[in-house]
Amino acid sequence: MISFIAQRIAKAIVVLLALVVMNFFLIRMAPGDPAVVMAGEAGAGDQLFIAQLREKFGLDKPLPVQLFLYVKGIVGLDLGFSFRQQMPVSKLILDRLPATLLLTGTAFAISLAFGILFGALAARFAGTWADTAITVAALIFYATPLFWVALMAILLFSVALDWLPSFGYETVGAGYTGLAHVLDVAAHLILPATTIGLFFMATYARMTRASMLEVGRLDFVKTARAKGLSDSLIQRRHVLRNALLPVVTLAGLQAGTLVGGAVLTETVFAWPGIGRLMYEALLQRDYNLLLGVFVVCSAMVLAFNLITDLVYRSVDPRIEFAS
Amino acid sequence: MSKRKILMSFAAICMLSTAAMAQGPKAGGVINAVIQPEPPSLMMGLVQNGPTQMVAGNIYEGLLRYSPKLEPLPGLAESWSVSEDGKVYTFKLVKGVTWHDGKPFTSADVLFSIEFLKQTHARARGNLVQLEKVEAPDESTVVFTLKQPFGPFMGIFEVGSLPMIPKHIYEGTDFKTNPANNTPVGTGPFMFKEWQKGSFIRLVKNPSYHVKGKPNLDEIYWHVIPDAAARSVAYETGKVDVLPGGSVENFDVPRLSKLKNTCVTGAGWEFFSPHSWLWLNNRSGPTANKKFRQALMFAIDRNMAKDVVWNGLGKIATGPSGSAIKYYTSAVPKYDYDPAKAKALLKEAGYKGEKVRMLPLPYGETWQRWAEMVRQNLQDVGINVEMIATDVPGWNQKVSEWDYDIAFTYLYQYGDPALGVGRNYVSSQIAKGSPFNNVEGYSNPEIDKLFADGAVAFPDAAREEIYAKAQKILVEDVPVAWMLELQFPTITRCSVKNLITTGIGVNDGFRDAWIEK
Repeated sequence: MISFIAQRIAKAIVVLLALVVMNFFLIRMAPGDPAVVMAGEAGAGDQLFIAQLREKFGLDKPLPVQLFLYVKGIVGLDLGFSFRQQMPVSKLILDRLPATLLLTGTAFAISLAFGILFGALAARFAGTWADTAITVAALIFYATPLFWVALMAILLFSVALDWLPSFGYETVGAGYTGLAHVLDVAAHLILPATTIGLFFMATYARMTRASMLEVGRLDFVKTARAKGLSDSLIQRRHVLRNALLPVVTLAGLQAGTLVGGAVLTETVFAWPGIGRLMYEALLQRDYNLLLGVFVVCSAMVLAFNLITDLVYRSVDPRIEFAS
Repeated sequence: MSKRKILMSFAAICMLSTAAMAQGPKAGGVINAVIQPEPPSLMMGLVQNGPTQMVAGNIYEGLLRYSPKLEPLPGLAESWSVSEDGKVYTFKLVKGVTWHDGKPFTSADVLFSIEFLKQTHARARGNLVQLEKVEAPDESTVVFTLKQPFGPFMGIFEVGSLPMIPKHIYEGTDFKTNPANNTPVGTGPFMFKEWQKGSFIRLVKNPSYHVKGKPNLDEIYWHVIPDAAARSVAYETGKVDVLPGGSVENFDVPRLSKLKNTCVTGAGWEFFSPHSWLWLNNRSGPTANKKFRQALMFAIDRNMAKDVVWNGLGKIATGPSGSAIKYYTSAVPKYDYDPAKAKALLKEAGYKGEKVRMLPLPYGETWQRWAEMVRQNLQDVGINVEMIATDVPGWNQKVSEWDYDIAFTYLYQYGDPALGVGRNYVSSQIAKGSPFNNVEGYSNPEIDKLFADGAVAFPDAAREEIYAKAQKILVEDVPVAWMLELQFPTITRCSVKNLITTGIGVNDGFRDAWIEK
């Protein structure tokens, strides 16, 4: 198993470097550069001003040299400097990462727990009104755009009912500490986490339901039933456990997007996370910062792929590590 | 006077004074405001973005401030005098001013700031071309000597144009990488305290501010909320009290202004006078033809755009100068909405339905809708318009590379045609690679001469005549299609008083603002 992990990590590093090079060129293919953006925002800019900015951003050097310098930095675990924000990229990302992980982690946990629960219930009561209700609800949340759900949630729970805060990570200036601070952050977390959670919950519920119905028809379930095991035991131990494999696959894929996948929700709720950081870096052509976020996201995807493979094995011992 | 009368007048005085006290500024309180987008830095000497100026206008100060009529007011300079020939300007600085770190502010800082800004501030560099030398005969006197009289000179000392930079922090360092850039130090009414990137910027009262009794507020929080709808909601739910101009989409303004205890004002833009127009490519394509350009002016229903897209805010622009800035004249050719005339002009111009590429300004829904409306107007008279979608960097690049036919934009005018108008029309400002010069490529020796003369003519009456002539020629030539003098409404709780007191508006800082309890 150790050699399996080592091999996978080695492969991952190669993939990561390839991604860095590809992203480097992709970003530079977009029109406009950070110097032009900053001159534009200042509403004035003579040639000298723009030339100074280009020099500062290192854009006056030939492209291969820029690439070489960047890759050299990455290999030395240095993500570079954001000249626009006057801070090291790694610091900017690390500052924002906890907020994103809290948001998407919570959303992930909610969606997985409730998705599997509702999916299992729908399969258990297939064909009844409960199944119909769950399936229809899942379809609606799957089909509705996230930002619209978010805005509706704000209108209902913040504007009309005034129960939950509509933006931010905490109450600014309140100076809460300890439990009060935790509760404050939790209150801010509910709406955005639920918004993201609902979408994924819908996919997990649909997947679990379909998979359970399929497994329920297999021979070993009939055998279990013939042995006289109780229905709920069969559902839990024989059907659900086997039905979870495709759900784990899906969850593994989605876990990889947890870091970068919340751009819209973070924007609508003014959540100070990494999705927004990436989006703003893109709009400002802050190359180093944008590449830095990409690198971190890619590393996360690769890590989650590895974890998914390990989880696979514990869910289904028949799967072995190929070397 | 009888006893009774004396008593009565005494009572009246008491009543008057309590009434005055009830009206007077109250100390204390916190203002929550919105800032959009998040500024890249608050070091105003290095970065002059709109949001940077808005927040940092509380931290830094200029030598002068400007009234809504653009008359100079004391800032860090308490008085000034100009020599008879208009070449020597002597400023007396306020005594006893300190930087936020306690060090005294002196004339040496002024000299240093001038040198600093010449290196880093594109607009300041332009404003200071006529400066021959600047001297400091003593700690509180600064003398500017010009090469020749420069009409707008008294108009370049606002905080965003010429902010004072602390010499003791920056002298002998690499300005751009000085770690102090992250903790800006100025002389202003508020001091930088905390910046949670992506969430908020916190400023606190400067206890040793040089204007006695100011500022009234204890703290300002600038909230970073990236979504326009979410910004409206933040105001509606009472989380923020101030939405500076441009914070919310214009179609939200009527709804928000109907909320209880809400005041809306268009004041505070007199100095900048944001002037919007369509950049027409004068070099090639149908827009190179003057008749075609005039046809555009007749084809576009600007009144309707003002009423529908901008909710009635702003004014129809009559030419290159906004009506709030100096030497504006309305005595120019008129272009009222007249599609029939536009069609006739198109025929004269020999337009055969060639494709015309139009770039909307990617600054949100309002601008998008405006572009759609103009496209409709142009299609109605038979112009074949293709809309090009871009993001902000793409827009900047296309415009500065002259890769467009019609492009929406708006520019600030800085109170004087020599500072904010001429740059768009004189040929010396044609330079590829920058999005805010003579992008349309208009070149007319007569106009070049008028703007060159106007800047240095003396006295003011001579300037007035020159600029009147220039405006007339430009309006006849239509190098760009002028649209509106924009007004970005500032929305506040009515309990926030005295927020906007000068022609620079919110950018001038919250030093006079107070909250009615």
